[in-house]
Amino acid sequence: MLRFAVRRLLGAIAVLFAISVLVFLIFNVVPATNPAARIAGKNATPQLIKNVEKEWGFDKSLPEQYWTQMKLIFTGKATSYSLAHINIDKRILEGIPQTASLCIGAAIIWLAFGIFFGYISAIRAGGFIDRFVTVIALIGISMPVFWLASIFLYYLTYKIELFPASGYEPLSNPVEWAKHLILPWVCLAVLFAGFYSRVLRSSMLDVMNEDYVRTARAKGLSQRRVMLRHVLRNSLIPIVTLFGLDFGVLIGGGAIVTESLFQIEGVGYFVAEALNQQDFPSIMAVTIFGAFFIVLFNTIVDIAYAYLDPRIRLGTSAA
Amino acid sequence: MSATPETAPAPSGAGAGPLLAVENLRVGFATEDGRVQAVDGVNFELEPGEVLAIVGESGSGKSVTAQTIIGLTRSPNSHIEGSVRLSGDELTTKSERELQKVRGSKIAMIFQDPMTSLNPVYTVGKQIVEAIRAHDSSIGRSSAREQAVELLGAVGIPDAERRVNDYPHEFSGGMRQRAMIAMGLALEPSVLIADEPTTALDVTIQAQILHLIQDLNRSRGLATILITHDLGVVAEVADRVLVMYGGKVVEQGTLDDIFYDPQHPYTWGLLGSLTRLDQPRPHRLPQISGAPPSLLNLPKGCAFRPRCPHEFGKCKEVPGLDPRLPEDPNHRDRCWLEPEQKRKLREIEGRIGLEEPT
Repeated sequence: MLRFAVRRLLGAIAVLFAISVLVFLIFNVVPATNPAARIAGKNATPQLIKNVEKEWGFDKSLPEQYWTQMKLIFTGKATSYSLAHINIDKRILEGIPQTASLCIGAAIIWLAFGIFFGYISAIRAGGFIDRFVTVIALIGISMPVFWLASIFLYYLTYKIELFPASGYEPLSNPVEWAKHLILPWVCLAVLFAGFYSRVLRSSMLDVMNEDYVRTARAKGLSQRRVMLRHVLRNSLIPIVTLFGLDFGVLIGGGAIVTESLFQIEGVGYFVAEALNQQDFPSIMAVTIFGAFFIVLFNTIVDIAYAYLDPRIRLGTSAA
Repeated sequence: MSATPETAPAPSGAGAGPLLAVENLRVGFATEDGRVQAVDGVNFELEPGEVLAIVGESGSGKSVTAQTIIGLTRSPNSHIEGSVRLSGDELTTKSERELQKVRGSKIAMIFQDPMTSLNPVYTVGKQIVEAIRAHDSSIGRSSAREQAVELLGAVGIPDAERRVNDYPHEFSGGMRQRAMIAMGLALEPSVLIADEPTTALDVTIQAQILHLIQDLNRSRGLATILITHDLGVVAEVADRVLVMYGGKVVEQGTLDDIFYDPQHPYTWGLLGSLTRLDQPRPHRLPQISGAPPSLLNLPKGCAFRPRCPHEFGKCKEVPGLDPRLPEDPNHRDRCWLEPEQKRKLREIEGRIGLEEPT
């Protein structure tokens, strides 16, 4: 386990390094314009551009530039000039509670519905309920988040004022917190719930043909027990894989559209701002931040595998 | 005993009818290409302590017959007719819930591939405990576990106390099949259905597993249905044999009947394709030419006709499974040839085989 953790940590560092180099090259080397001018923002004075050039090391060689910039980002000294001179790292840290509230809530909803609908349609495969659930799932998958969010906002917050229109309330006031988050949770969860139910359905149908399921039936277990303990349990691996990736992406600032539309000023919202302003330091920081979470959740998935399937052992070969 | 009110005779009541009686069992499956009649009118009876072997190629309906006995072939697209009675108690009309009480507790089944027949994510002990507690939830987890250890010991797993906590992948193939048998025996069933229990095992382990089944059969009076395509396995343990072809029983009789006086050309072919250790020169093993028929579109008349070198005019009519030997009413077969002809035709170089008459 320790070996596994160490290997994973080294792997994560390598991945983060590669990503940071890539982003660095794309933003600093490829464009023909002066990167310092872009960092300094639209109405920058020549003096400011000079300062930025010095601060971000654009007067030095490429490796030195890279080193200077990483130091700024990792020590929390990077400032965004285009976005009201905010401290980037501080801004990301402030966004985490919002993003986490949104993603964890949505994840609970989509896992619950995804697994429930997947299970129902698998045990009723081919029947009316299965077809009905399939249609619902496909609608969920096909509905764009921005459209669904707009519909929600228009009908449920403006036409009938059932929910507050937007914004975020800290968890210290749980009722308001939940009220503000219900619509974004649902919006974010719909797509994933539909998708997960489809994946689980096909995974369960595969497992149902396994010999050990026949064994379970032959020993006289009830249908429900066979389905829950033998079929569902063994069908969860693809769900866990997907969940690790999806959740990592969202926590790392991937819920851009949902956060923007519902004015939840989390990491995703910040990503949208940064992209809008083409603010290199911010983009660099959120990319590394996002990559970190993707790597982290993939590692958690690997640990979960070993728990779900005892044939998988965390050892030298697992990393 | 389940709570169902039954006037049926007690299981061990002598003379009260067979332990297991299968009558005119027909199993069909609706497929996209039409109806597949996998089992077409199978009859047999089984007594306590008896080993009945069902022999045939893949697709002959032997596994479907066995699985239908405990209702595992029930599905929206299957169609089951006929009757299966356990101690006089009809099983085909039972609800799924009632059948669950029979499965495992009165009729146990073990399967072909022990590698895949145990759930990889639970320990062997847990799976045995699950079987025990599925039928009697009043048994505590720890006493069920003790029982599991005892069972594993009884089927010859060394160090059962420790191995009970192992996962199936930590067992060898033979040990897994032993564990399957232990699980099957957990509730002291009266019938054990073994569906090709040795096919996936190597030869020495095969013999061990067969002897284990035979031991249990003798010591516990366990009636056993042994499904196999391996006549060597049959010779080892069976008392009576059913030979199946194209969903029908083509010959049935005692072990000696089938091995020393086989009446159906298909049986000759099976016997002829056995390896002979007593033959000095290596020679090419004979085979039955052609392939098993498609169950969607069985040949008219005798199903074996297209592959049979002794086919003649009458074979276009379906032969019944009748006693054709005057001296032995229990030896039945489906072949129109006269017994005298058969004895001549099956003789190939001093042994039984299926070949074009020269």
